[in-house]
Amino acid sequence: MDYLTLLQVLDSTVRLATPLLLACLAGLFSERAGIFDIGLEGKMLMAAFFSAAVASVTGSVWLGLLAGIASSMVLSGIHGLASITFRGNQLISGVAINFLAAGLTVLIAQHWFSQGGRTPSLMGGGRFTDITLPFADALSGVPILGPTYAELISGHSILVYVAFACVPLTWWMLYRTRFGLRLRAVGEAPEAVDTAGVSVIGLRYAAVAICGLLCGIAGAYLATGLQAGFVKDMTAGRGYIALAALIFAKWRPWYALSACLLFGLLQAVALRYQNIDLGGFIIPVQVMDALPYILTVVILAGFVGKAIPPRAGGEPYVKER
Amino acid sequence: MTDPVPAIELKGISKAFGPVQANKDISIRVMPGTIHGIIGENGAGKSTLMSILYGFYKADAGEVFISGKKTEIPDSQAAISAGIGMVFQHFKLVQNFTVLENVILGAEDGGLLRPSLAKARGTLKKLAEEYELSVDPDALVENLSVGHQQRVEILKALYRQADILILDEPTGVLTPAEADHLFRILDNLRAEGKTIILITHKLREIMEITDTVSVMRRGKMTATVKTSETSPEDLAELMVGRKVLLRVDKTPAKPGAKLLEVTDLHLWDENGVERLKGVSLDLRAGEVLGLAGVSGNGQSELLEVLGGYATATGSVRVNGKEIALSGRDCTGQARRAIGIGHVPEDRQHEGLILPYTAWENACFGYHRDPSYQSGILMNNAAIREDAKGKMERFDVRPPNPNLAARNFSGGNQQKIVLAREIERNPDILLIGQPTRGVDIGAIEFIHQQIIRLRDEGKAILLVSVELDEIFSLSDRIAVMFDGQIMGVRDAAKTDQRELGLMMAGITGDGTTDAAKAAQHG
Repeated sequence: MDYLTLLQVLDSTVRLATPLLLACLAGLFSERAGIFDIGLEGKMLMAAFFSAAVASVTGSVWLGLLAGIASSMVLSGIHGLASITFRGNQLISGVAINFLAAGLTVLIAQHWFSQGGRTPSLMGGGRFTDITLPFADALSGVPILGPTYAELISGHSILVYVAFACVPLTWWMLYRTRFGLRLRAVGEAPEAVDTAGVSVIGLRYAAVAICGLLCGIAGAYLATGLQAGFVKDMTAGRGYIALAALIFAKWRPWYALSACLLFGLLQAVALRYQNIDLGGFIIPVQVMDALPYILTVVILAGFVGKAIPPRAGGEPYVKER
Repeated sequence: MTDPVPAIELKGISKAFGPVQANKDISIRVMPGTIHGIIGENGAGKSTLMSILYGFYKADAGEVFISGKKTEIPDSQAAISAGIGMVFQHFKLVQNFTVLENVILGAEDGGLLRPSLAKARGTLKKLAEEYELSVDPDALVENLSVGHQQRVEILKALYRQADILILDEPTGVLTPAEADHLFRILDNLRAEGKTIILITHKLREIMEITDTVSVMRRGKMTATVKTSETSPEDLAELMVGRKVLLRVDKTPAKPGAKLLEVTDLHLWDENGVERLKGVSLDLRAGEVLGLAGVSGNGQSELLEVLGGYATATGSVRVNGKEIALSGRDCTGQARRAIGIGHVPEDRQHEGLILPYTAWENACFGYHRDPSYQSGILMNNAAIREDAKGKMERFDVRPPNPNLAARNFSGGNQQKIVLAREIERNPDILLIGQPTRGVDIGAIEFIHQQIIRLRDEGKAILLVSVELDEIFSLSDRIAVMFDGQIMGVRDAAKTDQRELGLMMAGITGDGTTDAAKAAQHG
């Protein structure tokens, strides 16, 4: 494998890790506040559809992004209502959201566009185009460094940079701000937050809203950045992989980055090496496609070590005497 | 000179939960710079009253005056700004935060943490010097002892500039030495003019530290008196509404044969932490062996091993015969079959199935008894009849076997468990925290039952965190610390001080090294 191939694999790793990273950080905010969210998948899917639909109708990818975020946040609101206000079971609410999104997106897509549950392919202003960073062309002649800069670092859509910038931002918010302190506290000991005179409900809604925002961006990136338009079930389990990455990362932002890059790399490898010929024996394409998912299970089963989730996670807060 | 204004005054507070009147027309006045005790049985309404004061509940009627000013307390935030701080029985701390982070939580000065943390560090240092409240500000709360965690709670209140401090059952989880330290802190706070409300069910503490005391019974304030003008006996009578025997009448024990011999018991928990580190003790017929210690030092694990639902290594002999400590013969049922009755520490989870009826609960563990069977089916009528008899003999109120276990009060739940185990006439009775959360009237009854069994020649292993209870029931006292027996003392020849030191891991010769102590003893 030459250096350029390596760069190409890494480049697609970055692209494929982006939606995972955004969803993973979304889950991090929610779960750190004590709200388990297996509805990441559904929120991303909903956002993917609405961003593609609006972008294709209006021709503006930015309006598409806004629509995606809005739809994802509506689902977040439903999840919040069910699990915070009405103290329902967070897993069931999450599953319901996934089903809702899976069905609703195809239904509306068919009704609006009549293309078998997909949106028309996006062109021009309907997609996020790749940004070429300054000096990328000028430096491309420099050995090693030049191609790395031009191929790997430069030439992604704006949302990729947003996603990666979210990692230090999340870390800073969690560990350096009042909001972060309270957010971490509410996932560990909501009674401590409550007796300190801070609203548990308010904090949890804020966390769920941030989760919706990030899932919205993730979904929009899928449909308008990574691909050109919405197709049925296009999230393909990414929400669940993001959850796996979250556990793998032990609910910490920098670890989340590494975990998502690892899963992104697996997907990139699977995408590039479809049929591997091992001297007469060909590993079928399906095995490669399944690889990220298989490794998700393996990693979760064996390599996480002791992952302690937020102590109050999954539990609705009921005031006690 | 006018009368001094009370720091806190409640007028006609009433609060009902559905048909239950938790607080009825309650009025108190507490003067600044005093410690006011509130004493009452469980369910008397003490906690409800304090929750109203801290903004957790809204009173149906009544007024609150803070320093003479009428104050509305709709939520905790309002209570905090009115200068009220509360130290709950179950601490409200974030376990994996540092002390500093816990202290500033909710009282930060701005959006960024750094300035708040720096300010809190300074304030904490000052408070530590002023009130003997030293805690390492950078320690994680989960690594602190319970006594230190409680100090963090007090620091939280003081950092929010509380002038009125409410403490709910503060000594329940402390060693005697920690409790003494807490009382010194409270003394210092009183000297600085802070007002303290102390909620407790321990008469001794009320007598020791309070200036005035209010007694609550069934939601009503039955009396408010000066502590110096009352006695424990009077207070107990006010709490229960009748004369109560505070001491247990008992004759000296007549110990017989060794019924239970425990040798070198080891137990590791699921995290690989060694919880029992070579425990050895023996128990004779006709005696009560009290097992004292701060909770979490291995007493629970020992009871579980003996009761048959934890596995361990070592040897346990019952009547000279070795019993299984793991495998298929290590079950609660097998233990009961050889005459070991067990009243578990946590009656709500291990002693009872709360949603099940009293009669169902009264047969668990013995449900394979032939008298309960009718062919391949359970003979429910017989079980119910049996339960009814047990409930009458143990004075369970209401004596209705069809009621779900959760609908009984703590004391009556405990009586159901006791009736189930005692009526089977076990040779050995393991009994954990027999009176935790049980009111004074029922405590008297439970203690009498334990002594009656002893006098019938049964062997009783009593685990309790209440040192008073250990003293009043036991013939011999073993102290556990860090998974080991620190020593066994004759109950008549030891005192609270010696046991208190042992509970903190310090033996008579002044060594603190538990491992060393175990080797010698």
